[in-house]
Amino acid sequence: MARQIGDVIVDLQNISLRFGGVKALTDISFNVKEHEIRSIIGPNGAGKSSMLNVINGVYHPQEGQIFFKGALRKKMEPHEAAEQGIARTFQNIALFKGMTVLDNIMTGRNLKMKCNFLQHALYWGAAQKEEIAHRIKVEEVIEFLEIQDIRKTPVGRLPYGLQKRVELARALAAEPHILLLDEPMAGMNVEEKQDMCRFILDVNDHYGTTIVLIEHDMGVVMDISDRVVVLDYGKKIGDGVPEEVKNNPEVIKAYLGTSH
Amino acid sequence: MLYREAGQFKATYAEDSQIFPIRQDKIGFWLLMLVFGVAVPLLTNEYWLKAILIPVLIFSLAAIGLNILTGYAGQLSLGSAAFMAVGAFAAYNFILRIEGMPFLLALVLAGLTAAAVGILFGLPSLRIKGFYLAVATLAAQFFIVWALVKFPWFSNNSSSGVVTAQDVTILGYTFVSPEAKYVLTFLIVSFMALLAKNMVRSSTGRAWMAVRDMDVAAQVIGFRLMRTKLLAFAVSSFYCGVAGALYAYTYIGTVEPEGFNLDLSFKILFMIIIGGVGSIMGSFLGAAFIVLLPIFLDNVVPAIFGDALGAGFVSNFQLIVFGGLIIFFLIVEPHGLARLWQIAKEKLRLWPFPH
Repeated sequence: MARQIGDVIVDLQNISLRFGGVKALTDISFNVKEHEIRSIIGPNGAGKSSMLNVINGVYHPQEGQIFFKGALRKKMEPHEAAEQGIARTFQNIALFKGMTVLDNIMTGRNLKMKCNFLQHALYWGAAQKEEIAHRIKVEEVIEFLEIQDIRKTPVGRLPYGLQKRVELARALAAEPHILLLDEPMAGMNVEEKQDMCRFILDVNDHYGTTIVLIEHDMGVVMDISDRVVVLDYGKKIGDGVPEEVKNNPEVIKAYLGTSH
Repeated sequence: MLYREAGQFKATYAEDSQIFPIRQDKIGFWLLMLVFGVAVPLLTNEYWLKAILIPVLIFSLAAIGLNILTGYAGQLSLGSAAFMAVGAFAAYNFILRIEGMPFLLALVLAGLTAAAVGILFGLPSLRIKGFYLAVATLAAQFFIVWALVKFPWFSNNSSSGVVTAQDVTILGYTFVSPEAKYVLTFLIVSFMALLAKNMVRSSTGRAWMAVRDMDVAAQVIGFRLMRTKLLAFAVSSFYCGVAGALYAYTYIGTVEPEGFNLDLSFKILFMIIIGGVGSIMGSFLGAAFIVLLPIFLDNVVPAIFGDALGAGFVSNFQLIVFGGLIIFFLIVEPHGLARLWQIAKEKLRLWPFPH
């Protein structure tokens, strides 16, 4: 592979997250290195999505520290995380249902657009120029993900697999440093999964985007990940390259149970 | 057969993102502008201008305002009439108290005043949603009307609270005739509708719709909820404020705070529900529909049934038809007349072939 795995870009140290009395995450530490594909796996309710929510500022952990690009990150709101170059997709598709594919992907570029609403109201001039400049970028993403034919379709009318792809496009349009993917292949058939895998690998390879991936399909995870972290009941039970994790007795226990 | 886009190729993104990408639409639009901008004031009589066309335009503007807030940004509001009242009384006071205040500037200031009040009453939207927010805006509706009655300063100490709008003068020309007032209203409303259309098709509009459709995702993608929602309240109230000022100055001439009551707010809400939630054109269709329907029923119902039903029946019948239509649209076509028009166009593109 051409890409080179770089330094640690996100470093999570002793993260604990509670909702009232429920402990979602307990004392979890792991890191993500630049340009790598880092997977988080674990049984249902293990705290995987909560982990992503901690990384992009939707949840604020009660304990622990997050270092982002070497600097300690203070309490951060989601839009601030977006400004830092963290984009994500959601487990249950979170597209803007009333808008077209094109508009949805254009929202991904909002942080790079500088015109204010008065310029938008007058439109002709600065706003139009900006709109077209960003449209060109968006069209690149559309081409990359092969969704040219549906760009003017309202997303609500699209089948599930394509919606997932549009959501990835929206995240990519932001040109993120880190892309958080929450079960990008859930509910897809084999063909759609293959496509999605190809896109994830291409994104990683082509743009050098660091990817943090949650996925249940072990075949996919073991094939495309550089390193895997395993959670169970909010605790970390395994961490390492796929081979290592596969043979970790704790992980096997969590997934298959043990004979008594 | 006539409504085809065959042969019209878009070679640039600018061409692809026009308001009317299809040539026939563009022609239709300019014809419509000509008819309503030139032919109508020349050919129609005073009754049509004063009782139908001017109010339709003004309510369209208010409906655009509410549509920006409710249809695009997804924040339900029952305070549109109150923001109109703010605009009407602000314009009155600016013209009354500042010597030589130009009318158009007063109109803008009235809008800005309404926008400021709108932001204030939009603050609860940061914490509450849906019906609860609607109730919070209901507070705006009652509070503003109450304040305008309570403090006689707003109505220049008029004993009844009724104020009479001053003459509308722009660059030395005084707009007296209904034709002149109509043209003025038409130009202002068209211009503001264009600005609204531009806003909703660019990043501002996408931010509003993103917040409407999925606010967590909107935040994660980088929109700031507070700024986006308050901007929607401000722009929406600005539109309602200007509509209110026009209501006073080019439509009825004398206004009182009670004229801007909850009924009017509901009427504007009905306009966007029937016309089309989240559509600028729908705002016009809805306003036209709501203004014309009672007039239509007033003329048609007695003509069919004669006097046998009594005068009271006709007005009750209006309410029944209104209620029925609202329920019909909510169930059958939540996107209103604008959506029906869109479906008709899609069908027309294929007609007379089945596919």
